[in-house]
Amino acid sequence: MQLARVIGTVVATIKSPGLEGVKLLVIQPLDRALRPVGSQLVAADAVHMAGPGELVYFVAAREAAQAMPDPFVPVDHAIVGIVDAVETLAGAERPGGPPAVGRGRPAGGGRPGARATGKSPRAPTPRRRPRP
Amino acid sequence: MKLGRVVGTVVSTINAPAFDGRTLLVCDLLDPSGRPSGGYLIAVDSVGAGAGETVLILDEGNGARQVLRAPGAPIRTVVVGIVDAVVEPSATGARHRRRR
Repeated sequence: MQLARVIGTVVATIKSPGLEGVKLLVIQPLDRALRPVGSQLVAADAVHMAGPGELVYFVAAREAAQAMPDPFVPVDHAIVGIVDAVETLAGAERPGGPPAVGRGRPAGGGRPGARATGKSPRAPTPRRRPRP
Repeated sequence: MKLGRVVGTVVSTINAPAFDGRTLLVCDLLDPSGRPSGGYLIAVDSVGAGAGETVLILDEGNGARQVLRAPGAPIRTVVVGIVDAVVEPSATGARHRRRR
């Protein structure tokens, strides 16, 4: 599962049988610092309460259809929860800050294009450090 | 299966019924030497993993539902173990034991 931001809705009159009444939302997947990562996609809303602007988590692949009332529908991404908070656990971070995506790794290492946002690799919010 | 490090939790009150009472862990994915490889996953906890621990993540739906005894649940990613050490054979033939 991954975090995502709902950024729009999809209106479709003619759909595959089984998709009637299923709400379709456009979502932007996020990394764990809530920065956009990857391309936007359409996901079915399995909680019936997600709307634009909301922070959600979604499941992909066959499990997405399992989240729907009828599990035999052509759905490959489904929103399965609305996020109240993403809590960073105390002691989870190593000294020197969090291992932000694309940071602190040797040149040429890691996946190319893992951070495709073009933004500064610095986290947008200051991180709490454990007090000495 | 994948190696990960638990870095946080996701708090959610409105979710699919299968997630009621389950802990969602935010896990950075690691390469075998323990460095973050860039990605992350939100996984359902099944072993009581805690902050900063290196864990074994199962990212496959059928196995995940068997582990959780939740047939039909829309769950694919489960933390199934807590890693004590990863042993890597080195070029010299000596065995390095990396403690977590």
